[in-house]
Amino acid sequence: MMEMAWIVPLFPLLSFFILLLAGKKMKEASAYVGMLATFVSFLAACAVLVDRIGASTYKAEQVWLTAGRAKWTVGFEVTALNAWMLVVVSLVSFLVHMYAKGYMRGDERFSVFYAYLGLFTFAMLGLVLSPNLLQTYMFWELVGLGSFLLIGFYFYKEEAKAAAKKAFIMTRVGDVGFFIGMILLFSQVGSFEYEDIFKAVQDGTLSPALATLTAVLIFIGAVGKSGQFPLHTWLPDAMAGPTPVSALIHAATMVAAGVYLVAALFPLFEASAVAMRTVAVVGGFTAIFAASIALVQTDIKRVLAYSTVSQLGYMMLALGSGSDVAAIFHLTTHAFFKALLFLAAGSVIHAVGTQDIEKMGGLWRKMPLTAAMFLVGALAISGVPFLSGFFSKDEILVAAWTYGYGGLFWIAVAASFFTAFYMFRLFFLVFGGKERHDVKDVHESPAVMMLPMLVLAVLAVVSGYIHTPWFGTFLGDWLTDGGYAHEATPVWIMIVAAIVSMLGIFLAWLMYGKRSLARDWLSSRVPFMYSMLWNKYYIDEFYAWTVGCAVNAISRLCYYADRFVIEGIASLIAAAVNTAASFGARVQNGQVQTYGAVAFIGLALLVVILAFTGGYL
Amino acid sequence: MSSVPLSAYLVLALILFCIGLYGALTKRNIVVVLICIELMLNAVNINLVAFAKYGAHPGITGQVFALFTIAVAAAEAAVGLAVLIALYRNRKTVHIDEIDSMKH
Repeated sequence: MMEMAWIVPLFPLLSFFILLLAGKKMKEASAYVGMLATFVSFLAACAVLVDRIGASTYKAEQVWLTAGRAKWTVGFEVTALNAWMLVVVSLVSFLVHMYAKGYMRGDERFSVFYAYLGLFTFAMLGLVLSPNLLQTYMFWELVGLGSFLLIGFYFYKEEAKAAAKKAFIMTRVGDVGFFIGMILLFSQVGSFEYEDIFKAVQDGTLSPALATLTAVLIFIGAVGKSGQFPLHTWLPDAMAGPTPVSALIHAATMVAAGVYLVAALFPLFEASAVAMRTVAVVGGFTAIFAASIALVQTDIKRVLAYSTVSQLGYMMLALGSGSDVAAIFHLTTHAFFKALLFLAAGSVIHAVGTQDIEKMGGLWRKMPLTAAMFLVGALAISGVPFLSGFFSKDEILVAAWTYGYGGLFWIAVAASFFTAFYMFRLFFLVFGGKERHDVKDVHESPAVMMLPMLVLAVLAVVSGYIHTPWFGTFLGDWLTDGGYAHEATPVWIMIVAAIVSMLGIFLAWLMYGKRSLARDWLSSRVPFMYSMLWNKYYIDEFYAWTVGCAVNAISRLCYYADRFVIEGIASLIAAAVNTAASFGARVQNGQVQTYGAVAFIGLALLVVILAFTGGYL
Repeated sequence: MSSVPLSAYLVLALILFCIGLYGALTKRNIVVVLICIELMLNAVNINLVAFAKYGAHPGITGQVFALFTIAVAAAEAAVGLAVLIALYRNRKTVHIDEIDSMKH
């Protein structure tokens, strides 16, 4: 099956083309095309995964272009990491396809939505299979395009339009870094192949300084895509798209690409301590930074979006701590519970018709199933013992501690406390307390929406057991081809993490569940801090003032240069031609005497020329 | 006998030709234009006769040519005046700047 792995991304692409051509006629039936395509993809991905067990990496490629000594190849590669990612991406994508059938019902551009979903899934699956950087880059941009189309799906809304543009431009900033890093690597190594790059890193063809530089540049690309600190602002805005898209972007496709890229190029990063430290610091900082913003936001999807940014920070921290296994583990569990949370949130939004959590409340009785699903997701992400998030987060904390990042370890613990708190603040405000919405007939979502949530809920609970210190580190063995070092993990870290997350939940319960603690006892004491968090540390404003103003100034300059210099030259030429033409027109006036004069002047000129040149030119 | 040099004849012819050309290109009345053309032709005649006498190969040819030119000029004047009269009958004008149908 491994030699057929290329068909995994092919099916969503096929669905994209079919829906593009025939979607208008198929209407709601296009959902079945999309679902079928992704389901077949998922089955094929499972087959590839099973086939990979016990086998070695399969790689197939063909020469695409030759220029001098350099050769560019295209192909695909089935490594342990690739096979694993294929399954996760196609599974989440399939569930989102299914969910969207209920969520998007009645939308005018229903089939277009499914076509875009197909393209998006294709791009991500293709990215995962790429054996070289160039191909990765192409799919990387395709993922960006897919996200742009989907975030801007409601293009008649101003905010969706702005969000789509923002996502595209912000990630493009990162992509420039990635691109420069890629070219630099090529100029040093002479190949885009991952294998050749790793070999060059090992035998020292790539100097340590350049390894650091390229690793950091490529990391900038990952920062853009995965919404890490300086370039994170597009991700929370991306929720302007339909909720299933948010689930897909936040769980499996778009943001996972950055983490995947760093994981795929891990040997390059490992060669440079500076690059590792950069990744870890950016990740750790983003984790706490985004978690603190999520504490005070009141839009349900915005809270979840900042939570994603924060969890991606965890993954980057794990990568920077030298544990790509922990990062991929958390990527997997996060894909499940974050997709679950988004789908549950979508179900709530679908029923209540608002995203403001201040206008929700008391939904526990109206939507018991959704509430239960959301609770499972919240428990998993908070790191409550024995659920998936607990194990993966614990793995990251252990990695950070054993790698020697004491400060980052405690930051991550604090972020974990925040995570538990904001998730349960959300839970109690939305599902607990009194009803505050004005929609009369709030009802549970249809089965087609509940089923994917159910599957994800089960996965959110059990997916942690693929890699635990107690039952076996299956994922670690798998990703390292059996070479996973079974270190004695400090048990106290696990206990600390569990206590911290329980404390967070308890505090949220005190403030929002039992209400024995006034909601504003802290915010009223430090209003400055509150408004800072509410305005997301003024990052957007900061960008508007600096980058925005600079870009505006430059474009104004270019505008005037175009207006006066370029257009001035153009109109000068036009005027010159005009003058010559009007002179010519004046000569052609029908007066025989003028013609005679012209003829005579011409003759006289000829004679003068003849006199000077002596006959022949 | 030949106290007048060739260049004097040529300068006279040149002056006469320029006066004729100036008149032909600037005067409004077609009759005057025709007269000016005669002037130019006569300038040529002077040249022909002068070269016939003082040229590299003196002979009778130039003088014969001058006679021919006078004959042709007479014919030209006759045809020109006939055209002019026909024109005047049609257009009621002898002003050359009002006759600009070549423009269209």
